[in-house]
Amino acid sequence: MSATANTDAAMQQLEQQVQMLLSRERRNLNLVRFREKGIFLCLIGCGLFSLLITGSIIFVLVSETATFFQYPEVTLSNFFLSADWNPLLGNTKSFGVWALVSGTFLVTGIAMLFALPLGVITAVYLSEYAPRRVRNTLKPTLEILAGIPTVVYGFFALMTITPFLQWCYSGFSVYNTMSAGIAVGILCFPTVCSLAEDALQAVPNRLRDGALGLGGTRFDATVKVIIPAALSGIISASLLAIARAIGETMIVALAAGSRAQVTINPADEAQTMTGYMVQIAGGDVSNFGIEYYSMYAVAFTLFTITLSLTIVGNHIRRKYRETYE
Amino acid sequence: MSAPKNTSKKATDSEPVRNTEPRSQNLSEAAKQSQTPFDKDKILTTDTRIAKDLWFRRICVATASASVLILAFLLVSILTTGIPSLSWTLLTSSPEPDPVNAGLWPALMGTLWVCSLCALITLPLGIGTAILIEEFKPRNVIGRKIFHLIQLNITNLAGVPSVVYGILGLTAFVSMFSLFENNDGNMGPRVEIGAIHYDQFSNLASDPFLDTGNTDVRERFFLFPVASRNAAPVVPETGMLAYENRESGLVQVPIIAIDPFSQQPSNDSDILSRTIDQTSAPGRISKKNWYYFRIPFGRGVIAGALTLMLVILPVIIISTQEALRAVPGTLRAAALGLGSTPWQVVWNVTLPSAVPGIMTGSILAISRSIGETAPILIIAGIVYIRSAPQHLMDDYTVMPLQIYNWISRPQEEFHHIAAGGILVLLAILLTFNAVAVFIRHRMQSKLN
Repeated sequence: MSATANTDAAMQQLEQQVQMLLSRERRNLNLVRFREKGIFLCLIGCGLFSLLITGSIIFVLVSETATFFQYPEVTLSNFFLSADWNPLLGNTKSFGVWALVSGTFLVTGIAMLFALPLGVITAVYLSEYAPRRVRNTLKPTLEILAGIPTVVYGFFALMTITPFLQWCYSGFSVYNTMSAGIAVGILCFPTVCSLAEDALQAVPNRLRDGALGLGGTRFDATVKVIIPAALSGIISASLLAIARAIGETMIVALAAGSRAQVTINPADEAQTMTGYMVQIAGGDVSNFGIEYYSMYAVAFTLFTITLSLTIVGNHIRRKYRETYE
Repeated sequence: MSAPKNTSKKATDSEPVRNTEPRSQNLSEAAKQSQTPFDKDKILTTDTRIAKDLWFRRICVATASASVLILAFLLVSILTTGIPSLSWTLLTSSPEPDPVNAGLWPALMGTLWVCSLCALITLPLGIGTAILIEEFKPRNVIGRKIFHLIQLNITNLAGVPSVVYGILGLTAFVSMFSLFENNDGNMGPRVEIGAIHYDQFSNLASDPFLDTGNTDVRERFFLFPVASRNAAPVVPETGMLAYENRESGLVQVPIIAIDPFSQQPSNDSDILSRTIDQTSAPGRISKKNWYYFRIPFGRGVIAGALTLMLVILPVIIISTQEALRAVPGTLRAAALGLGSTPWQVVWNVTLPSAVPGIMTGSILAISRSIGETAPILIIAGIVYIRSAPQHLMDDYTVMPLQIYNWISRPQEEFHHIAAGGILVLLAILLTFNAVAVFIRHRMQSKLN
């Protein structure tokens, strides 16, 4: 008896609720549609903003570089064919960008000599060999390494690596490309490692199992099956790391020195493209002289190099992703 | 002992699978060979393979521990140099030229201003872009092409060196493409909001050509508000009310104006201290509210924040996209099935479930903006800032820039306080990272 009364009461309550819902004022559909449209337009604006950034980078670099080449002291052949960069001192100014490009490539080369083999081997270890416990400690360590600001690596290069190198061999000058290269290598190491590990992890397990099932050791499986399968990913990781090393600024500004010269001697100093930009921006050069505009020309060169590396790297990675999904 | 057995088994097993004629012959020959119990070659190759594996494993462990050792070495070398110079002075004083008293306070406040402003601008923009790409995918071909272009663009923007963003910021935000240069010869920005300009006069006590003979009078400054930065200078009259800057704030004071070349000033200390030379030229100063705004931005806080926005925008977009992609499609389908509009789905369903992931990515991006030096160095240069920024357009310095400044000086003492500064910076970044890891951990345990 009481049970039915309870159900009745419950039913009544439900009915009331339903009626309240039904009698609630309907939202104005036009208003909703209008709001939808408005929000969508805002979002489109956000999306177009990122295109605007790229557009304005290119616009700024091209227009200011054009201003630079309008100076009578500057010629295209001097800029692209000469390796004598002497913009600040002396009677004859020379703007041969190869001096800066060679310095950049020397530092990048030294960095990659350390970062690529170590990074790929560590990635292979993390992906194929490491027990779960080691993995769980190593990956956060790498993330910490990746989160350290570059100025700290610059300090490390100048205060720790350089004295160590000088202790090993007295020929190293206070500023040298070797210590900057090693620091940039440490900086790029987590990038290489995590990207290469992603590529290795993306190799389907059936390939791994197949190789192991045929009696191969882990080394056989890794070298003959998994690395070839992940090769495009590893190459793209390397390209992205090289792009990062080329664009690295604070380490080379602190440790690589400020004399622009073509050298392959890692014990000597050499200025990089980024180092020159920092020198101009941090110095007392007037805002509208030829030196100021030369900074834009160097930035344009740097942007072109890194952008093409990034595009090629991402392209390789995307192509490779499609094969396994 | 088990090695040759293995090889033989492998060979015989694979025989029926492979049907190509020459191969199976080869394999069966190999199988026959390996079945002979003392085939030295086979045993050796298997041994070498296992040995190679072992050696590679050792190399791997060595490399991995080397990376940990490098991190430890880096931390120890900075700790040993930095810990002795950690002090209260380092945190609270300004970067004095004397390393004993030098501190980080203006840089700390500069980082706080620039990075919080940067986060305020970047978060809505970045999250909006990610929502657009992930949740509003168009169905027509042209729309898809544009979306693909935006996506490609963001991936490539993430690889642009930060120093190039500094160059863009220098042109686009600091000088604003030189569009707003004043051509009429007046100094100062084109547009200005939130500043009150004053003409500043001093009393006769500081007049270098006038010796009143009264040494009791100390120097006082009187301010007359003017309409704009470029208004004509005020000519003081006797009886005008001028502002005086005191500890309690601006106080109005009646002043007396004389022409000291024609009138003899009175010798009363009180009157003399309120007397202004009518013919003297005032100095134009301005008081700025915290919301002071001007165009072009100049080397102010807002230019730094916008430049850092360029650096971290792609990072935030990419991490938000990943967080949105992790939300199961069934949730969206259910919400759409209940009659929600696309934005209602995003606002009530997708975003709430993606918030932890978005927060993790954003915190990491902001910690990157805290450590970013090169773009700030390009737009602000190495400047000597003694006080914390007071308004949006104030000059500033940030912690990594101050640290760079100290490292690049030749004196050893500055390197020590630079190490101390690095420790403070690393402590802040570690806190940020810890918060991000904590949020991610909680999110993962919730999902499980």
